[in-house]
This record gives sequence, structure tokens and C-alpha cells, in this order.
Amino acid sequence: MSAATTSVPADARPVSRLLTANRLPKWAPGAVAAGSIVLGCGIGLVGDLKSKLQWGLIAAILFVVISYVLSAQVEGRRQAKDRLATSLVWVAFILAVVPLLSLTVYTIQQGASVVDGNFLTHSMMGVRSAGPGGGIYHALIGTLEQVGLATLMAAPIGLLTAVYLVEYGRGTLAKAVTFFVDVMTGVPSIVAGLFILSLWNIALGFNYSGFSGSLALAILMMPVVVRSTEEMLKLVPNELREASYALGVPKWKTILRIVLPTAIGGITTGVMLAVARITGETAPVMMLVFGAAYINNNPFDGPQQSLPMYIWQQYAVVNNDYGYARAWGAALVLIAFVMGLNLIARGIARWRSPKAGH
Amino acid sequence: MTSSTPAAPRGRERRQRDSRVGDKIFMNLSRGSGILLLVVMAAIAGFLTWRSVIALSKNEGNFLTTFEWTPDAPTPVFGIAVLAFGTIVSALIAMLIAVPVAIGIALFISHYAPRRIAQPFAYLVDLLAAVPSIIYGLWGALFLVPHLGGLNSWLDQYLGWTYIFDQSRAGTTPRNLFTVGILLAIMILPIITAVSREVFRQAPRMHEEAALALGATRWEMIRTAVLPFGRPGIISASMLGLGRALGETIAVAVVLSSSNVLSLHLLDPGGGTFAQNIALKFNEAQPFGRDALMASGLVLFVITLLVNGAARLIVARRKEYSA
Repeated sequence: MSAATTSVPADARPVSRLLTANRLPKWAPGAVAAGSIVLGCGIGLVGDLKSKLQWGLIAAILFVVISYVLSAQVEGRRQAKDRLATSLVWVAFILAVVPLLSLTVYTIQQGASVVDGNFLTHSMMGVRSAGPGGGIYHALIGTLEQVGLATLMAAPIGLLTAVYLVEYGRGTLAKAVTFFVDVMTGVPSIVAGLFILSLWNIALGFNYSGFSGSLALAILMMPVVVRSTEEMLKLVPNELREASYALGVPKWKTILRIVLPTAIGGITTGVMLAVARITGETAPVMMLVFGAAYINNNPFDGPQQSLPMYIWQQYAVVNNDYGYARAWGAALVLIAFVMGLNLIARGIARWRSPKAGH
Repeated sequence: MTSSTPAAPRGRERRQRDSRVGDKIFMNLSRGSGILLLVVMAAIAGFLTWRSVIALSKNEGNFLTTFEWTPDAPTPVFGIAVLAFGTIVSALIAMLIAVPVAIGIALFISHYAPRRIAQPFAYLVDLLAAVPSIIYGLWGALFLVPHLGGLNSWLDQYLGWTYIFDQSRAGTTPRNLFTVGILLAIMILPIITAVSREVFRQAPRMHEEAALALGATRWEMIRTAVLPFGRPGIISASMLGLGRALGETIAVAVVLSSSNVLSLHLLDPGGGTFAQNIALKFNEAQPFGRDALMASGLVLFVITLLVNGAARLIVARRKEYSA
């Protein structure tokens, strides 16, 4: 536009009007956003609305409406619709960020003052629930043992199933396994808990223990491991397999020595993400592990504790300010553990992606 | 093969036999674990059905229409009417809020956001999918519930005529199905976003560029090129989210103040969901009460099975279609 207008200013004007219709200036969305936030706060103050959530909602609605009307006036219907979509998408983004950010910040805020050395190294044995003190040591031990046992069971089975699906699976059995792995991913955790309860505790007559909890966790973990491992094995280039067969290496050795090592980074990531997922499961653990206040190092005998169940008990059973404080402390530890696992897992994925194929 | 080449050296023969044995062992091992998964699924259905049959045979009320849940009373009466209603309503509210917002976020990440923001934000959303539900519950009960009081009384005041937003007693603590729905929406947002984002990213670049070249605005391009392509993906993502919302236990148990009342007044505390009811009643339940809870668990299992199965079938059909 600028080059044409400067060289022939006389008749360039109608052309430029045709080619570029009226546009709102670039700063317009920002200005509308700022204006609607101010208006939203103003309405909130004048209308005496208590909840800040409403202020935000009013501001968001104002932003969408004002930018639509403004754009319809200046730029025409189609552009206005485009602006409407853009502002709705931005509103969706903000709507999502607010609660998620608030969750993280609030947990850190509430938990940081509770977590200290004493909290991490003591159990709830002999601690008055209506008083301060106590800690999560027994819950940490329980969670680590239960999740560890579940991983020991679920990871090999999941891995082998994925190998079967990618390397051997043909026909109806493979199709059925694929479908049910998908469906199994959606089994509610409480149903897994009920199943282990009816099998392990009612039919076979075992008692509450950490191990029965880890059985339920293993059920929840298996399909996740299968799914992610399968994706990773599919990424291994076929040339590697063919080269290995051409050298006379049997199939099982090819899988063990060539395919799995190539994909090991991605597989590790998948297993760690699955571990992170089951670490936070409350419902099955609540039914099967029972929740002890003391330290029980043996997952095969007697009630144990686990972090998510500890939070639940401190909130719902203890149900006073001391309980809430302990719950937030445990929540912070749990969230840090899960997030840490996630970050490390994704780091590994980036570091050793199988796409390199060397 | 070994029999047809008898002249081959003995060492090689043995190696081949070894490799065949190894192959057989390895293949059966891996097929065995695949079969084990199927067996587990069948066993879940089988064992729950077994306990449910025991429970239902002694139930004095109608399992489908009874409101009460008193299986351990002298005359055991229990039914899933309230639970089914609460589960479906809270999941519906969650879907109504979460699906549009999640599509918005997915579009934001794939088509709107500057790349510098998009990548870390996508990463953040993935991380949030990993936050344990008990922490969502704790946050919901201690942060969200106090902050939703204002919204609830506002809805009651101005939208009370819709019946569903009418509060029977104004100003009650919002531990109701509506709050549960909002919390569930926040919880399933990351999973729906993650799946639909991947689908939007795969939308054919050529179609998008063709639309833009024909003078479409960005929104028109998305409407004509991206959304039609992504529709099956959106549907299956939503159904995955729905499956989560239906089966969510502990967050609902923490936030909802439950009762065996079936009411369309969404802002009144009360009601319940399958999973929440199991978590809440489990500890005091006698052996027979547990069987009753397992019957309700079986219903939940079947519902989530259907929802997830349908989602997967839609995805699978799309794969065939695009291949």
C-alpha cells in the first residue's frame, strides 16, 4: 500500500480503499481489553458484587461484546465475526488459566508453611488430630511401596503386551486386545478398587494390605503403559529390524537387542507418566489399604497409609484447621512428586527420542 | 528347515533350534500378557456381576427407581435413581462448560497463539492433566466453594425463574451438583484440550492455505478447513472427558454434601454420584452393604465402558476413513 500511494498519490486512493478495507488499529484489542477490565471492576464495585469471579466474568463478556460491535461498525460483518472468534478463543484461554493457576498457587501457598523436616520424617502415631504436629512419613513409605509394587507388576505386562501388538499381533486377538486396552484406560479407579476387593479380599480372603492396593493400581497402570509403549515401538524404523533379520538374528533377539533399546527413552517416559498417574489415585487405595496412622514398612501385611489417602483423611475425617493444614502439606508434597516425575519423563523423551534412529 | 538340510553343521542346527525355542517362548510370553489384559477386563465384569447378583437378590426395593441407600438395614432397600441422576447431571454440566472452552484452548494453541506462548502453554496443560484428583477436590472444597457463593446467589436472583437455578433456601453453601459440575469441567479440560489440539494440528495445511488464499478470514478458515476435519477428534476427546467425569470419585466426594434427594434445583446441596456414593458409604458398610455398592459400581463400569468404547470406535472409523 505504502509504495503505491507514495508514487502516484492522485488515483491510488480509491484502489487502496478497494484492496484494504477499514481496519481497526493494532492497539484496539488491547485497549478494549483494558477498558472492559476497568468497566468490569467498576460495575463490580458499584453493583457491590462480592465475588471477584463475577467481576472477571463481566469483564470477559464486555470484552467480547465491545470488540464485536466496534469491529462490525468499522470493518464489516465478516471481520467482526473473525474478531468475535478470536476474542472468544482468548477468553477461553484466560478462563482455563485462571483456575489452573489458582490451583497451583493456592496449593503452594497453603502447603509451603506446613512442609518441613519434622513433617516429612514423622508419622501420625500418637498425634492428637485436633492439634498441630504429625507428619507424612508413613504415607510416603506406603505410597512409594505400593506404587513400586504396582509398577513391578504392570510395567513388564504392559511392555510385553505392547511388543505383542506391534511385533506379533495380527487377527482378531490383536484387535480385541487393542480395543480393550483403549476401553480399560477409561475404567474408573473406584471400579478397579471394587474388583480387587471382590477378588482378593472377598473371594480369596486376604486382609487389608498395601499389596492389594497396588494390585488395583497395577490394573489402572497397565493400559497406560501399553498405549505409550506401543506408540514408541511403532516409531522404531523398520530398516533396523530388517537389517537385523538379514544378519540372521532371530526375532526375539532382534526385539530385545535392537527394537527395545532404540525405543527405551520413550518407553521410560511412558512408564514414568503412568507412575505419576497412579501415585495420585485415592479411591482404590482408600478401600484396600485402609489407612494406618503408624509406620508399616511391610506392604504385604496389615494396613498402610498413602499420600492421597492421607490428604482425604485429614480433610474429611479430621476435618478441622489442623487437618486442613496437614492436608495441604501432603498435597504440596504429592503435587511436587507428580510434577517432578512428569518433568523428568518429558526431559528423557526429548533427550532420547527414537526418531534419531541411528 | 533343519530337516531339509541335514548336512548343515551341528552348531548351526542347534543355534537355529535355540532361536526357534526362544522365539516361541518370547511370542507366547507377549501374547500371554495380551490375553491377561483381556482376562482382567472379563474378570472385572465377572466378579462385579457375581457380587451384584447376590446383592440384588435380597434387595427389597426397586434397584432402578429407589432413592434410599440403606442396604444394611433389617430390610435392605437400595436404588440408584439419585446416583444415576447426579452422575449424569454433573457430567453434563461439566461437558457443557468444558467442551467449548477446551476447543477454544486447543484452537488457541494450534492456530491463534504466538508460537512463543503456544509451546509452553501446551506443555502446561499436559502437566495439569497429571494433577491428582484429590488435590482438585481439596482446592474445590476449600477455595472454589467459598468463591462460588456469589455466583450462586446471583444465578438464584436473576435466573431463578428457570427452575434449575432456583435455590430453595437462599445463601446455602454451594456444595451442590452445579459446583461439582464446574470442578469436573476444570478437571477434564486438560484431557479434552490435549486430544483435540493434536487433531487440529493434523488438519491439512493445504486446505487451510487454500481457504486463506480465497480471502477467508482466520475464523472462516478454521470453520471450513479445521473444524470439519477435527470433528471426529473433538467427539472422541469429549467422550474421553465424559468417561473421566462419570467415574470421578474423590473430588466429588470432597465437594458435594450428599443426600438421597433427587432434585432439579441444581443449586441446592444434595444428590450424589455413583463413585462418590461408593467412596462415602464404603467404610461403614457391612459385607452386604459392600455387595450393594458393587452393584452400583457395576452400573458405573458398564456406563463408562459404553462411553469409552463409543469414543474409540469413532476414532477407529476416522482412521479407516482417512487411510
